Amino acid sequence: METGGARRRRLRLLVGKVGLDGHDRGAKIIARALRDAGHEVIYTGLHQTPEQVVETAIQEDVDAIGLSTLSGAHLHLFGKVLEQLRAREAGDITVFGGGIIPDDDLESLHGLGVARVFRPGATTDEILRFLDDEVTPRHGTP
Amino acid sequence: MERDGAGATGRRRWEQGTLRKALERQGERLDAFSTVSSLEVERLVTAEDRGASDPDRDLGYPGEFPFTRGVHPTMYRGRLWTMRQFAGFGTAADTNQRYRYLLHQGQTGLSVAFDLPTLMGRDSDDPQAEGEVGREGVAIDTLADMEALFDGIPLGEVSTSMTINSPAPVLFAMYLAVAEKQGVPLDRLDGTLQNDILKEYIAQKEWIYPPRPSLRLITDLMGFCAEQVPRWNTISISGYHIREAGSTAVQELAFTLADGVAYLEAGVAAGLAIDDFAPRLSFFFNSHNDFFEEIAKLRAARRLWARLVRDRFGARDERSWKLRTHVQTAGCSLTAQQPYNNIVRVTVQALAAVLGGTQSLHTNSLDETLSLPTEKAVTIALRTQQVLAEESGVANSIDPLGGSYFVEALTDRMERDAQAYLDRIEAMGGMVAAIEAGFPQKEIAEAAYRYQRQIDSGEKTVVGVNRYVQEEQTAVEILRIDAQVERDQRRKLAQVRAARDARRVDAALAGIVSAARAGENLMPRFLEAVKGYASVGEICGALRPVFGEYREVAVF
Repeated sequence: METGGARRRRLRLLVGKVGLDGHDRGAKIIARALRDAGHEVIYTGLHQTPEQVVETAIQEDVDAIGLSTLSGAHLHLFGKVLEQLRAREAGDITVFGGGIIPDDDLESLHGLGVARVFRPGATTDEILRFLDDEVTPRHGTP
Repeated sequence: MERDGAGATGRRRWEQGTLRKALERQGERLDAFSTVSSLEVERLVTAEDRGASDPDRDLGYPGEFPFTRGVHPTMYRGRLWTMRQFAGFGTAADTNQRYRYLLHQGQTGLSVAFDLPTLMGRDSDDPQAEGEVGREGVAIDTLADMEALFDGIPLGEVSTSMTINSPAPVLFAMYLAVAEKQGVPLDRLDGTLQNDILKEYIAQKEWIYPPRPSLRLITDLMGFCAEQVPRWNTISISGYHIREAGSTAVQELAFTLADGVAYLEAGVAAGLAIDDFAPRLSFFFNSHNDFFEEIAKLRAARRLWARLVRDRFGARDERSWKLRTHVQTAGCSLTAQQPYNNIVRVTVQALAAVLGGTQSLHTNSLDETLSLPTEKAVTIALRTQQVLAEESGVANSIDPLGGSYFVEALTDRMERDAQAYLDRIEAMGGMVAAIEAGFPQKEIAEAAYRYQRQIDSGEKTVVGVNRYVQEEQTAVEILRIDAQVERDQRRKLAQVRAARDARRVDAALAGIVSAARAGENLMPRFLEAVKGYASVGEICGALRPVFGEYREVAVF
């Protein structure tokens, strides 16, 4: 269908629900859209601690983690994931996220190292474009 | 018959003449028209499309079987719907302030939002609660918090709805203990527990135990209330979350009623008489953007439920047949972009709920795609209901859309399509078996994905998101929950633990475990434990080894 322009790279991605929040509509839609676009996608399932998400990311050797939380605990939970990634020398895994996130927190999340935040109304195409443009496979192109 | 014949002739004449000419001059806007749930919408519905329906049998009169036109004989002419805004955040004292404000502004019922640790049966000092305390609702650990939550609010004079599911009997026991301290007899208490565990597995996903022991907790509570708290609505069977998770309107209707059937079956199997508990079951539906679809859904829900409860379960008390419902406007329909447009969406959705005959209503606030609502945003949402109730005139005649060819045909269609789902679920062995097989979960995920694709492709319009997009951001005020809340709540819990009689707590927890094993009704045990200031986490934790924990197989 699409010819020319940057070729889409196949990435290994982890979609993670972190914290006690059970809203998984968005996470599941994103996971499926990323898979349908040709990426390899692992979904953590619900109610994961930051430690569990990081463990899975390392075990699965992913290129990026998409975190979702709609409970308002994003600063704490996303921050923990990034902290743990760095502690385990996996700080090169890109972290992006989505959820119910107010304007004021966007800057704080960027400060913590979250590459991009997608909020209600974001399209799956925007997320795919972000991955194409800003995430490279950690172990070179397959 | 003759009139039908004349109608058919008239319609053919119109189609072949006036309509055809018009279509030849200019086609229609779309090749096919459909609802937000992708249900096809016909160009025109006329009297002869309604040929098979019988107004006496299918519509009846308000307050009479099958209640299509409403559950009360005078509907909003007698009393307006209850305006009930869901609220809870921070500590019990913070939320108590918001309740007093809302009551002062003319709100007529309370609705408690608990934070995630409470919903999951975990205390504020549980490692898994870190970062979540008081964020999405109010943090309740022990009776001390419940006392603060209702401080100065006479429980004999308000009705209270509590959105709590897996730990519902524990939080309910705390409410009863507060009422007792206020000197209010239990048979005067009015309110609703959500207590709908089945939709948790399907949609909201806040669970502790697997389905079957969870159902036992529910039948214990139904049995206890039938004897001691007769005015309490023991379950609010909820389609709301099913819809929010991305279902269609028909799926919301069908899965909710299927959950209802499962509760009826569980109650009967536990030895309760249907007419002793069915009148205390209430419902909770979503109201999304598609105006007529929502109205038809509520009308169809009443008719389906009435027929099910009377004809299949043999209920004789007409209170058992009535589907009484709360409605909340669709949070998932709101947008972070151009947030003031949300006020308009909420107005349309609220109007549909009212024309659909709801008993109570929550209108969402414009800022809820960004955070919990501010007081200012909640006030606009409440005023929206007050304008509809007291200025628009829509509450003055009962079921004003009844008899509309289109609305009646759509009501029939919703009923038919929902019945087809109910039949499929029945063939799978009922809703618990269907949930264990992941059936409703998969159906909803499919529908959610399809809808997202329709938005991405522009097939369905969302104003401000995929059409009429503006670059500039609209800044709105938001409610902030201070991280101090979590520290304060933990300190308070530690103080309660230090001050209580530890032996009484240990004995009460051991009593819960033995009663759970023996199959005794657990409600009196929960009451004893909460009165001794045992925490939600301790009580729910005591049952984990007995009941096991639910684990979802995650599919996408």
